[in-house]
Amino acid sequence: MTTARTVLTIAALTLREASRRRVLLALAVLTAVLLALSGWGFSRLAVESGANTLTSGEARLTASILLNLVMFGFSLIAALGTAFLAGPTLSGETESGIALAVLARPIRRSAFLLGKWLGLVAFGSGFVVLAGLAQCLVVWATVGYWPPEPATALALLAAQTTVLLTLAVLLSTAISPMASGVVAVGLFGTTWVAGVVGGLGQSLGNDAVARVGTVSQILLPTDGLWRGAMHAFQDPALFTSFGADMAGFPFLSEAPLTAAYLAWAVLWVAMVWGLAAASFLRKDL
Amino acid sequence: MTAADLSGVEHDAAQRAAAHLVAGLPPAPAVWCSGLRKRYGRQQAVEDVSLEVGRGEIVGLLGPNGAGKTSVIKMLLGLVHPDEGEVMLLGQPAADPAARARVGYLPELFRYQPWLSAAEVLALHVRLSGIGVTAKEQRDCLTLVGLAERAGDRLVGFSKGMQQRLGLAVALVAGPELVVLDEPTSALDPLGRADVRDIVLALKARGVAVLLNSHLIGEVERVCDRVVILDRGRVAASGTLAELLGQRELHLQLSDFSPEAEARLAATGKVERAGDWFTLALPADDDGTAVPDLVRDLAALGARVHAVEPARISLEERLLGILREGAAARSGEAR
Repeated sequence: MTTARTVLTIAALTLREASRRRVLLALAVLTAVLLALSGWGFSRLAVESGANTLTSGEARLTASILLNLVMFGFSLIAALGTAFLAGPTLSGETESGIALAVLARPIRRSAFLLGKWLGLVAFGSGFVVLAGLAQCLVVWATVGYWPPEPATALALLAAQTTVLLTLAVLLSTAISPMASGVVAVGLFGTTWVAGVVGGLGQSLGNDAVARVGTVSQILLPTDGLWRGAMHAFQDPALFTSFGADMAGFPFLSEAPLTAAYLAWAVLWVAMVWGLAAASFLRKDL
Repeated sequence: MTAADLSGVEHDAAQRAAAHLVAGLPPAPAVWCSGLRKRYGRQQAVEDVSLEVGRGEIVGLLGPNGAGKTSVIKMLLGLVHPDEGEVMLLGQPAADPAARARVGYLPELFRYQPWLSAAEVLALHVRLSGIGVTAKEQRDCLTLVGLAERAGDRLVGFSKGMQQRLGLAVALVAGPELVVLDEPTSALDPLGRADVRDIVLALKARGVAVLLNSHLIGEVERVCDRVVILDRGRVAASGTLAELLGQRELHLQLSDFSPEAEARLAATGKVERAGDWFTLALPADDDGTAVPDLVRDLAALGARVHAVEPARISLEERLLGILREGAAARSGEAR
């Protein structure tokens, strides 16, 4: 059997698991709630700016911040969803014995792992892209704001999800399903907080504090990608009109991503996946 | 024709000759392994196990809990990496996953995706095996294990016994030439056990090799051609049933028993005494004269012979004997 067919079969199986285990349904409900709430919030914002209590610049700023805030909610849902899906689907299957019969088939373990990973990537990325796009449409319909680079922003959100679930896959080859989910989400949160601290350090001109953010963004690229996504969602004129007032604010990003950082994120995913494969290949089932 | 052409022709001819030679050889054994070792932490689970399962042969793997049977099976299938040793499956090195294309496996810990239906589990395994099996053949396979009615039901509602039956169908579905069954009847009722026995015998009739690990010695005794007994990670004994059980016993009831008669008994084989009943192990190379000669001599030595009953050793007794001998030898070494 060709490796490509194994990979696709396992990826399709992973997607089917996500839908049959009601993960899809749970995410859809959460997304609908978040969309409805944000729709209501943005419509209130439209009423306020209609009453001329906000300048057009302030309204765009508020829309950008709110959009980023809701998007953060989505990326958090995606992170939790995929991290807690990666655990059961990999280490859960090896623990329960489901993997025994499957891996005794004429398939390579690396192909099996790649299939699982691909299924999870498709699921997580698909979710953030669809939910993010729906959110952009809600904002456009209520306050008439359309992000400058929606495709880039959504792609970066998908990349952030991919980074986190690659980490979850590595962890689930080594530790128990529950622990791998907890550790992955914990690291995700820690990196985000470190990114905020780093941003504050930058705005205060404190290099040592700023370095906390930079180092954490190198170690786990979720926060760096998230900041790139925010930058692509928000109004590009913000920093010219509001300038230093907004520096260090956690739901706005000052600079777009560099190509070097993107390349590092790709390399990071490849390296962590390689580690996961090496660990999974050596495992005694 | 150039020299290069000529050498090409010679090369082709040599290849054809080699192919002809190989085709004439008997097929490689279904399983061949040599010098398997595995250590988990400080526990040596498997120590130098070598075994072979011929094509179409049914081999039973017996031994107490913790003897290393499941570890050996998992090493054969590439699920556990041996520390040392070599494995060939159906003539191919087991390191290549393709060697398992025609291998079916029912694990001791049988669990299948609970969110799939029985038919979907079979379809998944057919796809992964890369072997063309029609939908009808897949349905027939479920019928064979008695799950035809539940083909479309999700596994969530399946009992342990039904899951084990499904596991059997998974092992059989992709036209295997070797089937490895690890405790295939652990969750089955007596009817299910009889079904498994029939299925194994049907596989044998079709020339499929079976490696059967089972605690149920009666099951093994009924279906297996050969038995390998593992104890503490080593092969304690192996052979055909006739070889292992070839040793016969004689029960004798005697009275007026003199020391000379006792010496005469001991000269024939190992004796165990319980009251006036004696159990005597007969020599393996007996040509049929040992029993009449013994009775004649005992009578001549003044013993009164009340009963002479030939008895055959069961596989269970033989297994227990081998394991006890091993334990006694170990405690002897320790002292």
